[in-house]
Amino acid sequence: MGDGAMIWEFIVSGLLVVGGFFGLVGSYGLVKLPDPMTRLHAPTKSATLGVGGVLLASMIWFPVHHGHFSWHELLITLFLFLTAPVTGFFIAKAHMHLGWDAHELPRPAPDKHWATFAAPDQESLVDRVEAARKG
Amino acid sequence: MIRRLYPHPWLSVTLILVWMLLVNRWAVGSLVFAVIVGTVVPLMTAPYWPEARGYSRPEKIPAYLAIVIWDILKANFAVAQIVIFMPRRALRPAWVVIPLQLRRPEAITTLAATITLTPGTVSCDLAEDGRALLVHCLHAPDPDSVRDEIQTRYEARLKEIFE
Repeated sequence: MGDGAMIWEFIVSGLLVVGGFFGLVGSYGLVKLPDPMTRLHAPTKSATLGVGGVLLASMIWFPVHHGHFSWHELLITLFLFLTAPVTGFFIAKAHMHLGWDAHELPRPAPDKHWATFAAPDQESLVDRVEAARKG
Repeated sequence: MIRRLYPHPWLSVTLILVWMLLVNRWAVGSLVFAVIVGTVVPLMTAPYWPEARGYSRPEKIPAYLAIVIWDILKANFAVAQIVIFMPRRALRPAWVVIPLQLRRPEAITTLAATITLTPGTVSCDLAEDGRALLVHCLHAPDPDSVRDEIQTRYEARLKEIFE
């Protein structure tokens, strides 16, 4: 291993430390932030730079040490970027159903509701669970 | 004919590319299978996605991606600072309503995903008529500026790309 490879070692280590740091901050945010809505910000954030740092490190490590480029990291990034917002959206909606009233939120327009609180065409799953618990 | 066989050409190209990246090495056999996947999957999912309009300005997509990635980097530092140093009492979470000019479902989905990925904001719900987006901010002393920034920085660009 020549001096050139040494520089890459430093870069890979640096990226791993950055990734680990932001992963840790994301987890710490889960503990520290006061309520479920603000806690939701922590995982959507560590999913980006925390994981991104580790993936970049891996992308540099394989060409330098094994001589072949690996495309899987790009795909992991792509799938992560596709799935993280959907997960966050679902958790937020579930939480709005369980913990918020429609009048606590700003309305989209004076005569409109948010989709979550719109008049349902049929009874929702939550209604059925409530009914089962009571009856 | 070719339009019937490939109802969503962009989806076909993406699927072929993703399959080749998953295989992770070059081989003709893999390419054949990728083309099969890229043909069959769009055909089978076409009934759920009847409208195929593509992009009006696809050449603007790379610039948009660059802006989003740069913002993700910047905002990660900002949010890390909030999580580590800001006392709980000083935190000002806020709900922000973003009125939408975008009308295509694909464009609204992209905007909602962008808002969630740039940390500090999470998109939470869509109005029942699809004309506004509900966004939760981790720390927004000035909610109006968050709305303006999302509208000028992301929505205007997406409107160019999609509509």
